[in-house]
Amino acid sequence: MRAKTQTLGGWGRWPTSTASVFRPERLAELQRAVADAPSVLARGAGRSYGDQALNQSGSLVLTTRLNRLLGFDPTTGLLVAEPGVTFRDVLATFQPRGWRLPVSPGTGFATLGGAIANDVHGKNHDGRGSFSDHVQWFDLLLASGEVRRVVRGDALFRATVGGMGLTGVIIALAVTLDRVTGNAVLLKEQRITDLDHFLSALQAARASSYSVGWIDALARGRALGRGLLETAEPTDTTLPPERERRRRVPLDFPGFALSAPMVRAFNLAYRWRVPTAGRERLAPVAKFLYPLDAIEDWNRIYGKRGFHQFQCVVPDAEAPRALTAMLQAIADAGAASFLAVLKTLGPRGQGMLSFPQPGFTLALDFPHRATTGELLARLERLTLDAGGRLYLAKDSVASPASIAAMYPDLPAFQAVLAEVDPAGRFTSDMARRLGVRGGEARR
Amino acid sequence: MSAVRDLQGRLWAIVGGSSPLARAFAHRVAARGASVLLVGRDLDDLARTAADVSLRHQVEVLVHGCDLGDPDQVGLLARRLQSEAEAGRLDLLLAAAIMPSQAAMEADPALVPPLWQVNVTAPIDLLLRLAPAWQRAGRGTVVVVGSVAGDRGRLSNHLYGASKAALATFTAGFRNRMARAGVHVLTVKPGFLDTGMTWGLPGIFLPGQPDPVAGTILAAALNRKDVLYVPGFWWLILTILKHIPEPIFKRLKI
Repeated sequence: MRAKTQTLGGWGRWPTSTASVFRPERLAELQRAVADAPSVLARGAGRSYGDQALNQSGSLVLTTRLNRLLGFDPTTGLLVAEPGVTFRDVLATFQPRGWRLPVSPGTGFATLGGAIANDVHGKNHDGRGSFSDHVQWFDLLLASGEVRRVVRGDALFRATVGGMGLTGVIIALAVTLDRVTGNAVLLKEQRITDLDHFLSALQAARASSYSVGWIDALARGRALGRGLLETAEPTDTTLPPERERRRRVPLDFPGFALSAPMVRAFNLAYRWRVPTAGRERLAPVAKFLYPLDAIEDWNRIYGKRGFHQFQCVVPDAEAPRALTAMLQAIADAGAASFLAVLKTLGPRGQGMLSFPQPGFTLALDFPHRATTGELLARLERLTLDAGGRLYLAKDSVASPASIAAMYPDLPAFQAVLAEVDPAGRFTSDMARRLGVRGGEARR
Repeated sequence: MSAVRDLQGRLWAIVGGSSPLARAFAHRVAARGASVLLVGRDLDDLARTAADVSLRHQVEVLVHGCDLGDPDQVGLLARRLQSEAEAGRLDLLLAAAIMPSQAAMEADPALVPPLWQVNVTAPIDLLLRLAPAWQRAGRGTVVVVGSVAGDRGRLSNHLYGASKAALATFTAGFRNRMARAGVHVLTVKPGFLDTGMTWGLPGIFLPGQPDPVAGTILAAALNRKDVLYVPGFWWLILTILKHIPEPIFKRLKI
């Protein structure tokens, strides 16, 4: 099988690295590509942000052409699929039949295999947990070439969930869909004046099916933490199908597009869409779950230098202090960021490296600049001090020591790796940076 | 699921069912209500595609193992399809081909006969065996996937190209024969497609994506078009290529 030498980044387009990229079209080809490679990693849609799905000088195996639905049981809702199947694909196929995935990340372009590798969560984590909480089993291609059926509860299951692809390649997975009626949610939007109000409003919204906050990260002083709160409940309504309008970003935006005044204007306009008294309307599920998917390659607005997405979770008790400090640091740095997202998270994920833990999670983008590293290091410190953790799906700069402190199950994860892949054939730029395989970490 | 199920009652046999183009084509016809029979060597892979197509479009999808390199298996396939053709419900997409590298075949001419068996002899054999049944039924659509490589023998690819030229010449005459019975035959000449065949090869430009290309092919077949270049701009490239005088052409390294 032929490989293509490609220089790839994550969704943030920073950093980039060069690998031999395979794109198998059948399972036998995937097995061959993995067997032949001394250093290899599966990559899905490339929607994680940092250096997680990169493997400098090694091999990457794209799962995008292994995107078949293998089975569906309408009595139990169990869907069996290949790893390259995407969330939007499942929504388009099954929602008209009255089924939806219970948990979905913020983009429908992500693959189901990637969703396990990152144990992704959505806007309903308090109620429904993360993606892997609905996964019943998966078939994992191991470094030895063996394919193992891994079921919920196994140590290998808990290592693979959130395990960044380092345990092997998922070649099929079984996930339970929810029975639903309709294709719309009742969406309530309201303006929030500052961080304190935001935290209490989000706290109250934990009882809603879906909740998410959008923060204007440039606001300072008394307006610090102002923004919009969205809560939503599923409805029985079926809205007529809309013609999908997909726009593309035709070019990498120039630097000034993200200067502070531009972003400030955008954030204000975004906030003013919603009247002071708030509003309530029906929204198609696809639009509510995947607001940014209408612009297919929005990552290009950050220009060719790329960007970082910072995402942390901090425990409830620490949230007011830690989030204030973070938002202040960001505003002080004038690091222009489009809308920041603030949400609540519920119970811990079951993966050894699952990101979710109870608390508030803050996510925001920074264009990659010479000074961004300093700000990110400060935010990392604040997260650590608050007893929080960073999301590996987004990270490209955190230190090995911080990650080890944030993820107490890392040694257990490493023990599983030592067992299933003693030679360390499954690896990535992130794994090397964080020293996940033990030995020297590279900074 | 497409709202228009206008192919309900048809059976599309897709030979070479593991290729991305064949997969995309299977989805296209199934979305319009046709049943599908996937034919190929990798039965495990065909079963996965069959599950996918039938789940998404709620149609019957069957698989049939067949190695076109083995004439006996081609005979068995023809037998399997004959009754469907007789019943007037069979349509056929022939999309199986092998492409060993030109250099490998120059070094080892023993690689050439198997290439001809799969790319030329087997398709002709199959079509000749099915022709009488189609003629009696008086309906059916046949799509033969050739290649732009068959339009002119080039330095880099003329052994594969020769097989596709032979197939194209046969198909043109077969179209004439079948047209008299009301059976339509379409010759497709794809340029570069974004599949495993071209992945990682140097010099691949503007490769067509399997799904839109499959859509174009199906539309052309149902509109009774005779010859189709996909993506369309390849018609222009090949028109120019075919008109370069031989004294100049023989010096070109293409």
